[in-house]
Amino acid sequence: MTRFRVSVHIIPRRGLLDPQGKAVTDALHTLGFAAVGEVHVGRHLVIETGAKDAAAAESSVRTMCERLLANPVTEDFEIAGVVKE
Amino acid sequence: MKVGIVTFPGSNCEGDAFYAVVDQLGEQAVMLWHKDHDLEGSDVIILPGGFAYGDYLRAGAIARFSPIMKEVAAHAAKGGIVLGICNGFQIACEAGLLPGALLRNDVGYRSMPVTIRVEHTNTAFTASSKVGQCLTMPIAHGEGRFAASDDVLDQLESDGQVLFRYVNAKGEPTVDANPNGAMRNIAGVCNASRNVIGLMPHPERAVDLLLGSEDGLVLFESLLVAAHA
Repeated sequence: MTRFRVSVHIIPRRGLLDPQGKAVTDALHTLGFAAVGEVHVGRHLVIETGAKDAAAAESSVRTMCERLLANPVTEDFEIAGVVKE
Repeated sequence: MKVGIVTFPGSNCEGDAFYAVVDQLGEQAVMLWHKDHDLEGSDVIILPGGFAYGDYLRAGAIARFSPIMKEVAAHAAKGGIVLGICNGFQIACEAGLLPGALLRNDVGYRSMPVTIRVEHTNTAFTASSKVGQCLTMPIAHGEGRFAASDDVLDQLESDGQVLFRYVNAKGEPTVDANPNGAMRNIAGVCNASRNVIGLMPHPERAVDLLLGSEDGLVLFESLLVAAHA
Protein backbone atom coordinates (compact mmCIF):
# COMPACT_ATOMS: atom_id res chain seq x y z
CA MET A 1 0.00 0.00 0.00
CA THR A 2 1.48 3.33 -1.11
CA ARG A 3 0.26 6.77 -0.03
CA PHE A 4 -1.00 9.13 -2.74
CA ARG A 5 -2.32 12.68 -2.82
CA VAL A 6 -5.13 12.91 -5.32
CA SER A 7 -6.37 16.35 -6.41
CA VAL A 8 -9.82 16.74 -7.82
CA HIS A 9 -11.63 19.71 -9.35
CA ILE A 10 -15.40 19.89 -8.93
CA ILE A 11 -17.06 22.43 -11.19
CA PRO A 12 -20.64 23.48 -11.90
CA ARG A 13 -21.98 21.70 -14.96
CA ARG A 14 -21.73 23.80 -18.10
CA GLY A 15 -24.96 25.46 -19.07
CA LEU A 16 -26.18 25.81 -15.50
CA LEU A 17 -26.19 29.36 -14.18
CA ASP A 18 -23.11 29.81 -11.97
CA PRO A 19 -23.73 33.07 -10.06
CA GLN A 20 -20.30 33.03 -8.39
CA GLY A 21 -18.56 32.50 -11.72
CA LYS A 22 -20.67 35.25 -13.30
CA ALA A 23 -19.80 37.72 -10.52
CA VAL A 24 -16.09 36.95 -10.89
CA THR A 25 -16.32 37.28 -14.68
CA ASP A 26 -17.94 40.71 -14.33
CA ALA A 27 -15.28 41.83 -11.83
CA LEU A 28 -12.48 40.71 -14.15
CA HIS A 29 -14.06 42.61 -17.04
CA THR A 30 -14.29 45.70 -14.80
CA LEU A 31 -10.56 45.34 -14.12
CA GLY A 32 -9.90 45.44 -17.82
CA PHE A 33 -9.39 41.75 -18.56
CA ALA A 34 -11.59 42.02 -21.61
CA ALA A 35 -10.34 38.74 -23.05
CA VAL A 36 -11.85 36.74 -20.20
CA GLY A 37 -14.74 34.55 -21.36
CA GLU A 38 -16.52 32.48 -18.75
CA VAL A 39 -15.26 31.82 -15.23
CA HIS A 40 -16.48 28.87 -13.22
CA VAL A 41 -16.08 28.71 -9.46
CA GLY A 42 -15.94 25.22 -8.04
CA ARG A 43 -14.11 23.30 -5.34
CA HIS A 44 -10.65 21.82 -5.20
CA LEU A 45 -10.13 18.85 -2.92
CA VAL A 46 -6.89 17.12 -2.02
CA ILE A 47 -7.41 13.59 -0.79
CA GLU A 48 -4.66 11.61 0.87
CA THR A 49 -5.28 7.93 0.43
CA GLY A 50 -3.51 4.59 0.35
CA ALA A 51 -3.67 2.49 -2.82
CA LYS A 52 -1.67 -0.21 -4.53
CA ASP A 53 -0.79 2.11 -7.40
CA ALA A 54 -1.68 5.48 -8.92
CA ALA A 55 -4.42 4.03 -11.10
CA ALA A 56 -6.11 2.45 -8.10
CA ALA A 57 -5.88 5.72 -6.16
CA GLU A 58 -7.49 7.61 -9.03
CA SER A 59 -10.19 5.02 -9.47
CA SER A 60 -11.01 5.16 -5.77
CA VAL A 61 -11.31 8.97 -5.83
CA ARG A 62 -13.56 8.75 -8.90
CA THR A 63 -15.92 6.55 -6.91
CA MET A 64 -15.78 9.04 -3.99
CA CYS A 65 -16.76 11.82 -6.40
CA GLU A 66 -19.65 9.82 -7.78
CA ARG A 67 -20.95 8.89 -4.33
CA LEU A 68 -20.33 12.03 -2.28
CA LEU A 69 -17.95 14.73 -3.44
CA ALA A 70 -19.82 15.87 -6.57
CA ASN A 71 -23.54 16.18 -7.12
CA PRO A 72 -24.32 14.07 -10.19
CA VAL A 73 -27.24 16.36 -11.10
CA THR A 74 -25.35 19.65 -11.22
CA GLU A 75 -21.60 19.16 -11.05
CA ASP A 76 -18.77 17.63 -13.05
CA PHE A 77 -15.43 16.55 -11.69
CA GLU A 78 -11.98 15.98 -13.09
CA ILE A 79 -8.98 14.37 -11.46
CA ALA A 80 -6.33 17.09 -11.52
CA GLY A 81 -3.38 15.05 -10.32
CA VAL A 82 -2.20 11.91 -8.57
CA VAL A 83 1.06 12.34 -6.66
CA LYS A 84 2.94 9.68 -4.72
CA GLU A 85 3.72 10.97 -1.21
CA MET B 1 -50.99 11.57 14.14
CA LYS B 2 -47.41 11.33 15.34
CA VAL B 3 -44.80 13.44 13.62
CA GLY B 4 -41.10 12.69 13.98
CA ILE B 5 -38.92 15.76 13.63
CA VAL B 6 -35.31 14.92 12.81
CA THR B 7 -32.64 17.15 14.31
CA PHE B 8 -29.21 17.18 12.71
CA PRO B 9 -26.25 19.08 14.12
CA GLY B 10 -26.93 22.50 12.61
CA SER B 11 -30.71 22.18 12.23
CA ASN B 12 -32.47 25.32 13.47
CA CYS B 13 -36.14 25.03 12.49
CA GLU B 14 -37.01 21.90 14.46
CA GLY B 15 -38.64 24.07 17.15
CA ASP B 16 -40.81 25.85 14.58
CA ALA B 17 -41.90 22.49 13.15
CA PHE B 18 -42.72 21.27 16.67
CA TYR B 19 -44.74 24.45 17.31
CA ALA B 20 -46.71 23.98 14.08
CA VAL B 21 -47.54 20.34 14.82
CA VAL B 22 -48.10 20.40 18.59
CA ASP B 23 -49.22 23.93 19.46
CA GLN B 24 -51.14 24.82 16.32
CA LEU B 25 -52.34 21.45 15.06
CA GLY B 26 -52.72 19.79 18.46
CA GLU B 27 -50.98 16.62 17.29
CA GLN B 28 -48.15 14.58 18.75
CA ALA B 29 -44.54 15.18 17.81
CA VAL B 30 -41.31 13.51 18.82
CA MET B 31 -37.85 14.94 18.34
CA LEU B 32 -35.51 12.44 16.68
CA TRP B 33 -31.73 12.81 16.84
CA HIS B 34 -29.80 12.21 13.66
CA LYS B 35 -27.92 9.32 15.30
CA ASP B 36 -31.12 7.50 16.25
CA HIS B 37 -32.02 4.28 14.47
CA ASP B 38 -35.71 4.34 15.30
CA LEU B 39 -38.50 6.62 14.09
CA GLU B 40 -40.49 5.80 17.26
CA GLY B 41 -43.63 4.92 15.38
CA SER B 42 -43.91 8.27 13.57
CA ASP B 43 -46.52 8.50 10.81
CA VAL B 44 -44.90 11.54 9.26
CA ILE B 45 -41.23 12.54 9.22
CA ILE B 46 -40.16 16.16 8.96
CA LEU B 47 -36.63 17.04 7.88
CA PRO B 48 -36.49 20.63 9.15
CA GLY B 49 -34.61 23.69 8.00
CA GLY B 50 -31.19 24.83 9.14
CA PHE B 51 -27.62 24.18 8.13
CA ALA B 52 -27.06 20.50 8.86
CA TYR B 53 -23.32 19.84 9.21
CA GLY B 54 -22.71 23.49 8.40
CA ASP B 55 -23.73 22.82 4.79
CA TYR B 56 -20.15 21.58 4.32
CA LEU B 57 -19.35 20.26 0.86
CA ARG B 58 -22.92 20.98 -0.38
CA ALA B 59 -26.12 21.65 1.52
CA GLY B 60 -27.46 18.28 2.64
CA ALA B 61 -24.56 16.27 1.24
CA ILE B 62 -23.23 15.05 4.60
CA ALA B 63 -26.56 14.93 6.46
CA ARG B 64 -27.87 12.30 4.08
CA PHE B 65 -25.38 9.85 5.57
CA SER B 66 -26.66 10.34 9.12
CA PRO B 67 -27.72 7.02 10.67
CA ILE B 68 -31.39 8.00 10.86
CA MET B 69 -31.58 8.67 7.12
CA LYS B 70 -31.56 4.88 6.53
CA GLU B 71 -34.75 4.65 8.56
CA VAL B 72 -36.21 7.70 6.83
CA ALA B 73 -35.49 6.15 3.41
CA ALA B 74 -37.09 2.86 4.54
CA HIS B 75 -40.14 4.80 5.81
CA ALA B 76 -40.42 6.56 2.44
CA ALA B 77 -40.00 3.28 0.54
CA LYS B 78 -42.98 1.86 2.46
CA GLY B 79 -45.08 4.84 1.41
CA GLY B 80 -44.61 6.77 4.65
CA ILE B 81 -44.87 10.53 4.45
CA VAL B 82 -41.63 12.52 4.51
CA LEU B 83 -41.62 16.30 4.40
CA GLY B 84 -38.41 18.22 3.72
CA ILE B 85 -38.46 21.92 4.43
CA CYS B 86 -35.64 24.17 3.19
CA ASN B 87 -32.46 22.38 4.37
CA GLY B 88 -34.65 19.28 4.72
CA PHE B 89 -35.55 19.61 1.01
CA GLN B 90 -31.84 19.84 0.19
CA ILE B 91 -31.14 16.74 2.29
CA ALA B 92 -33.99 14.80 0.63
CA CYS B 93 -32.63 15.69 -2.83
CA GLU B 94 -29.09 14.69 -1.87
CA ALA B 95 -30.44 11.42 -0.47
CA GLY B 96 -32.16 10.71 -3.77
CA LEU B 97 -35.60 10.76 -2.13
CA LEU B 98 -36.57 13.68 -4.36
CA PRO B 99 -35.51 14.57 -7.90
CA GLY B 100 -33.29 17.51 -8.82
CA ALA B 101 -30.86 19.58 -6.81
CA LEU B 102 -30.78 22.94 -5.04
CA LEU B 103 -28.07 25.30 -6.20
CA ARG B 104 -26.76 28.60 -4.95
CA ASN B 105 -29.33 31.35 -5.49
CA ASP B 106 -28.80 33.58 -8.49
CA VAL B 107 -28.70 36.62 -6.18
CA GLY B 108 -27.21 35.38 -2.91
CA TYR B 109 -28.94 34.75 0.40
CA ARG B 110 -32.63 35.75 0.56
CA SER B 111 -34.73 36.15 3.70
CA MET B 112 -38.17 37.50 2.82
CA PRO B 113 -41.82 36.60 2.45
CA VAL B 114 -42.74 34.96 -0.85
CA THR B 115 -45.98 33.82 -2.43
CA ILE B 116 -46.26 30.28 -3.72
CA ARG B 117 -49.06 28.74 -5.74
CA VAL B 118 -50.37 25.24 -5.10
CA GLU B 119 -50.16 23.28 -8.36
CA HIS B 120 -51.53 19.90 -7.29
CA THR B 121 -53.57 18.77 -4.29
CA ASN B 122 -53.12 15.00 -4.59
CA THR B 123 -50.41 14.71 -1.95
CA ALA B 124 -50.45 14.39 1.81
CA PHE B 125 -49.17 17.93 2.21
CA THR B 126 -51.52 19.70 -0.21
CA ALA B 127 -54.77 17.71 0.12
CA SER B 128 -56.60 20.42 2.10
CA SER B 129 -55.50 23.25 -0.18
CA LYS B 130 -56.93 24.19 -3.57
CA VAL B 131 -55.24 24.13 -6.95
CA GLY B 132 -54.16 27.69 -7.69
CA GLN B 133 -54.34 28.74 -4.04
CA CYS B 134 -51.67 31.31 -3.25
CA LEU B 135 -49.89 31.07 0.09
CA THR B 136 -47.55 33.61 1.65
CA MET B 137 -44.70 32.38 3.82
CA PRO B 138 -41.05 33.20 4.42
CA ILE B 139 -37.98 31.93 2.69
CA ALA B 140 -34.51 32.09 4.25
CA HIS B 141 -31.88 30.38 2.16
CA GLY B 142 -28.78 30.85 0.06
CA GLU B 143 -29.06 27.61 -1.90
CA GLY B 144 -32.61 27.18 -3.07
CA ARG B 145 -32.41 27.41 -6.82
CA PHE B 146 -34.15 24.24 -7.95
CA ALA B 147 -32.39 22.65 -10.90
CA ALA B 148 -32.75 19.50 -12.94
CA SER B 149 -32.20 18.52 -16.57
CA ASP B 150 -34.88 19.57 -19.07
CA ASP B 151 -35.94 15.94 -19.42
CA VAL B 152 -36.45 15.59 -15.69
CA LEU B 153 -38.29 18.94 -15.49
CA ASP B 154 -40.62 17.92 -18.33
CA GLN B 155 -41.32 14.63 -16.64
CA LEU B 156 -41.99 16.34 -13.28
CA GLU B 157 -44.45 18.66 -15.01
CA SER B 158 -46.25 15.90 -16.89
CA ASP B 159 -46.47 13.67 -13.82
CA GLY B 160 -47.79 16.50 -11.67
CA GLN B 161 -44.81 16.46 -9.32
CA VAL B 162 -44.29 20.22 -9.28
CA LEU B 163 -46.36 21.09 -6.20
CA PHE B 164 -45.49 24.74 -5.60
CA ARG B 165 -44.33 27.61 -7.80
CA TYR B 166 -43.17 31.10 -6.85
CA VAL B 167 -45.75 33.60 -8.11
CA ASN B 168 -46.48 37.32 -7.98
CA ALA B 169 -49.48 38.98 -6.31
CA LYS B 170 -51.62 38.00 -9.32
CA GLY B 171 -50.64 34.36 -8.98
CA GLU B 172 -48.39 34.40 -12.05
CA PRO B 173 -45.00 32.64 -12.05
CA THR B 174 -42.97 35.59 -13.33
CA VAL B 175 -39.21 36.16 -13.26
CA ASP B 176 -39.69 38.94 -10.70
CA ALA B 177 -41.62 36.62 -8.40
CA ASN B 178 -38.78 34.09 -8.44
CA PRO B 179 -36.56 34.78 -5.40
CA ASN B 180 -33.67 32.47 -6.23
CA GLY B 181 -33.61 31.73 -9.96
CA ALA B 182 -35.31 28.35 -9.57
CA MET B 183 -35.96 26.67 -12.91
CA ARG B 184 -39.59 27.15 -13.96
CA ASN B 185 -40.18 29.01 -10.66
CA ILE B 186 -40.28 25.68 -8.82
CA ALA B 187 -40.56 26.08 -5.04
CA GLY B 188 -41.50 22.51 -4.14
CA VAL B 189 -41.82 19.04 -5.63
CA CYS B 190 -42.81 15.52 -4.67
CA ASN B 191 -41.44 12.13 -5.65
CA ALA B 192 -43.11 9.85 -8.20
CA SER B 193 -45.13 8.02 -5.54
CA ARG B 194 -46.17 11.39 -4.04
CA ASN B 195 -45.32 10.57 -0.41
CA VAL B 196 -42.04 12.52 -0.19
CA ILE B 197 -42.52 16.26 -0.46
CA GLY B 198 -39.93 19.03 -0.38
CA LEU B 199 -40.13 22.81 -0.54
CA MET B 200 -37.80 25.72 0.08
CA PRO B 201 -40.27 28.13 1.76
CA HIS B 202 -41.11 27.69 5.44
CA PRO B 203 -44.79 26.80 6.05
CA GLU B 204 -43.94 26.01 9.69
CA ARG B 205 -43.01 29.67 10.18
CA ALA B 206 -46.39 30.76 8.81
CA VAL B 207 -48.84 29.11 11.20
CA ASP B 208 -49.71 32.04 13.43
CA LEU B 209 -50.80 35.58 12.57
CA LEU B 210 -48.35 36.76 15.21
CA LEU B 211 -45.65 35.57 12.80
CA GLY B 212 -47.15 37.46 9.88
CA SER B 213 -49.02 34.66 8.14
CA GLU B 214 -50.96 31.52 8.90
CA ASP B 215 -51.05 30.38 5.29
CA GLY B 216 -48.87 27.39 6.18
CA LEU B 217 -51.60 25.87 8.34
CA VAL B 218 -53.58 24.49 5.42
CA LEU B 219 -50.55 22.40 4.45
CA PHE B 220 -50.13 20.95 7.94
CA GLU B 221 -53.87 20.31 8.12
CA SER B 222 -53.47 18.27 4.94
CA LEU B 223 -51.17 15.92 6.86
CA LEU B 224 -54.00 15.24 9.29
CA VAL B 225 -56.36 14.27 6.49
CA ALA B 226 -53.73 11.92 5.08
CA ALA B 227 -52.85 10.41 8.46
CA HIS B 228 -56.48 9.60 9.20
CA ALA B 229 -57.28 8.37 5.69
